[in-house]
Amino acid sequence: MSRQERIRNFSIIAHIDHGKSTLADRLLEFTGMLSERKMVDQVLDKMELERERGITIKAQAVRLTYKANDGNEYYLNLIDTPGHVDFTYEVSRSLAACEGAILVIDAAQGIEAQTLSNVYLALEHDLEIVPVINKIDLPSAMPERVKKEIEDVIGIDASEAILVSAKEKVGIQEVLESIVNKIPEPKGSPDKPLRALIFDSHYDPYKGVIAYVRIVDGSIKKDMNIRMMSNNKVFEVNEVGIFNPEMLEIQELKAGEVGYLAAGIKDVKNIRIGDTITEAENSATEPLPGYKKINPMVFCGIYPADGGDYESVKEALEKLQLNDASLIFEPETSAALGFGFRCGFLGLLHMEIIQERLEREFNLNLVTTAPSVIYEIEKNSGEIVRIDNPTNFPDISEIKAIKEPFVLATIMLPNEFVGAVMELCQEKRGIFKSMNYINENRVIISYELPLNEIIYDFFDLLKSRTKGYASFDYEFLEYKKSDLVKLDILINNETVDALSFIVHKDRAYYLGRRIAEKLKESIPRHMFEVPIQAAVGGKIIARETIKALRKNVLAKCYGGDVTRKRKLLEKQKEGKKRMRQVGNVEIPQEAFMSVLKID
Amino acid sequence: MEDKGFGLYIHIPFCKKKCNYCDFISYINMEYFIPQYIETLKKEMDFYKDYCSKRKIRTIYIGGGTPTILQPEQLEHIIESALKTFRVYNELEISIEANPDSITKEKLHKLKNAGVNRLSIGLQAYQTHLLKNMGRIHSPGQFERAFLAAREEGFDNINVDLIFGLPGQTGEQWEETLKKVTALRPEHVSAYSLKIEEGTLLYDQYKSGIIKLPEEEKERGMYYFLIDFLTSRGYNHYEISNFAFPGKECRHNILYWKNKEYIGIGAASHSHFCKKRYHNEEDLEKYIEVFSLKNRPPIKDKESISKGLEISETIIMNLRLTAGLDKIEFFNRFGVDIKDLYRKEIELLENSRLIEETQTHIKLTKLGLDFANEVFVNFIP
Repeated sequence: MSRQERIRNFSIIAHIDHGKSTLADRLLEFTGMLSERKMVDQVLDKMELERERGITIKAQAVRLTYKANDGNEYYLNLIDTPGHVDFTYEVSRSLAACEGAILVIDAAQGIEAQTLSNVYLALEHDLEIVPVINKIDLPSAMPERVKKEIEDVIGIDASEAILVSAKEKVGIQEVLESIVNKIPEPKGSPDKPLRALIFDSHYDPYKGVIAYVRIVDGSIKKDMNIRMMSNNKVFEVNEVGIFNPEMLEIQELKAGEVGYLAAGIKDVKNIRIGDTITEAENSATEPLPGYKKINPMVFCGIYPADGGDYESVKEALEKLQLNDASLIFEPETSAALGFGFRCGFLGLLHMEIIQERLEREFNLNLVTTAPSVIYEIEKNSGEIVRIDNPTNFPDISEIKAIKEPFVLATIMLPNEFVGAVMELCQEKRGIFKSMNYINENRVIISYELPLNEIIYDFFDLLKSRTKGYASFDYEFLEYKKSDLVKLDILINNETVDALSFIVHKDRAYYLGRRIAEKLKESIPRHMFEVPIQAAVGGKIIARETIKALRKNVLAKCYGGDVTRKRKLLEKQKEGKKRMRQVGNVEIPQEAFMSVLKID
Repeated sequence: MEDKGFGLYIHIPFCKKKCNYCDFISYINMEYFIPQYIETLKKEMDFYKDYCSKRKIRTIYIGGGTPTILQPEQLEHIIESALKTFRVYNELEISIEANPDSITKEKLHKLKNAGVNRLSIGLQAYQTHLLKNMGRIHSPGQFERAFLAAREEGFDNINVDLIFGLPGQTGEQWEETLKKVTALRPEHVSAYSLKIEEGTLLYDQYKSGIIKLPEEEKERGMYYFLIDFLTSRGYNHYEISNFAFPGKECRHNILYWKNKEYIGIGAASHSHFCKKRYHNEEDLEKYIEVFSLKNRPPIKDKESISKGLEISETIIMNLRLTAGLDKIEFFNRFGVDIKDLYRKEIELLENSRLIEETQTHIKLTKLGLDFANEVFVNFIP
């Protein structure tokens, strides 16, 4: 048996919380990659944030060595994928490097919205799917029913679905055997010119960019000159290796294998995920298909809380972009917030993750503006403009029509909550499309929804109205005409650009009032009265007033305790630093954030 | 050159009962420790003796707590020890805080003989129900008797402490308090706007909504009334919360406001000398115990004061005085013109009408008195 015949490249796909990471850990443990004692739970979820949230954001790769029942030793490359709807792009990247996928489904929960979306992605990539029913140790496990769901809803044969309890270590070897027996060996020829797919990367301060690659044809080793097929940049390889799960240098990566390479690439712009690497001299003629580029759908402004941090924010965004090609950003300025960036994200979770990573990993203090989608505006002049920032909205008199993106939302839920969820979708301007029963208790409903309505709080509301039992996924549908208006907020009679929203006409009054109320709570009193107004097209639709502060004086003397007095003032000054000046009103960062979640 | 005289503060952290608004360090039912505590105070004075041998004391201030909770002999003993240990100026000011319920003729007599020449009596309000709500244990009548007894004993420099903006306090009640107090013609009045401090009973009551404060508008009304009322009766409004007949300003407190040097003796006391600030151990037993073990004051916090910080503190503290910051004095002390350091800030504050500048001084305006913190914060480094 050739080496290539003993390679299997696979991913694990699952709905969130169905046990993907635990199963991955067990596979590592079973194949002796890690002794049980050394194991931190969920080894593959490297980021602190991932462990905390229990989700996988970044793809990770690891090579397992497994001696199968047929007596041969196999190399199994596991490429972990994110489970969330926002990270479809990353899933797609990982899947392109594989020949098969293990589909994990919770034995108690059954198929969920993201189970479906992930399966469809895997099928698009022509992958062999190995169904695994996990958590069979749960008292509420119903594996037979889940098998039926797999066949009815997904339409693949589930008779050989493996019953697993990753937690109790049941069925792990069966999974490994299935990988060997069901997933095809990698195709591709070791004798053809090199073609390697870059499916991920990270930055190492010493080695430069580390590219995660799947070798399709040919092979790659140290000292070789390689060429990026997208930009023709040439680099000399100084290290190739595998993930063991830590990086381990080896001599050579051959066709079918998964590993990494370092080539002293210091400038992150020189490497693009999805690009094909070939040999500088003996080049391949055709690059690999790469990925379907997914465009960001949600935008927001990200500003440093301290204006002096602008450069640090820029550098941090560049670093994150290195292994998150779906993140885009460009500089923008706001009268209220100063210099910052307009950033584009795949979805709301993606946006939250990026914000959190910027704050945690780069220690930045940020102010973010309300998320927006891209609106298509037809002007009276016939010109069509695309706007991703409410601030840039044309004057109402110039607008002929406004179109907004609609998505097709798929929601799976127990049927007792159907009423509540339909009500929610209705409130969010949804258009009912269909309802199908998965079995006697569970339902799939689909709605057309304006993306604008789900980027704020739809997930939270859905969760609370279904006690967490609903799952949700969406895909872009089309742009449709809507009756939208721009809602402006005036503080002390000045429009605050960072607080403008695009909303449906019927919601403007309610939102205007709630935003004004929220701002009243979060803006401190000033030495003068501060009016807060919400306006649509110059017409005031809501008003709150922050009463004037009458005193801010420390009357007491505290004896000789001057330090205490000074500390009080230092605290006050620290608070002021985090304020944004609009006219002569100081607005705390929290105020900008407080309007993001309006119920 | 800087005046090398300094102040001495002695803390007596004992009370019969804790007042609801008070967050100063003071202990109840710990009178057992008083004798040991006094011994430790003496040791601490001894500790500073050498350091201070070339310098003289200008003021002594015995505060608390309730200093008058001590026996007459004990008070006498403390003052005598201080006078024996340190060299003093001829015009030494010796102040002591006193509560109406613990003032006796005998104590007044002994204090007077020991050299105390300024008495500060805590009245706070003239209404029995307000006193009760604050957790004060004296009556207005007790205050009056104490005040008259002090006069009889020959005290010609008496301060009365008041608080306004109390929960449930009306403008009329405040006016009544001021009328009754000024009828006695005390030389000095300290009137503080109530501040609710975390960790006090009042704070808990306020947070749980049991008590409500007067509206800010009303509270400021009381403050303006206070200023008008006292200044029209011959009192000089010389600090945000302090009033005195001319020449009767509290010299010890002025030392704080001019950011001068002082040594604090006793648990939880604060000192400022040689470009450093010290804060003594607050726990009574620890203070006594550690002192006897190490024979030096147990320090809780110590902070070096850089020149920049000293400048900031000097400005902030001086601006509390209604006369304001003396620009020449500032220049002489730091060798730099305040306007070269804070030109932008001063202009901004003048434009906001929070401070004003005269030939010699920079001072808070009337508006600035209400927003002193907004002014001070500009001088924080």
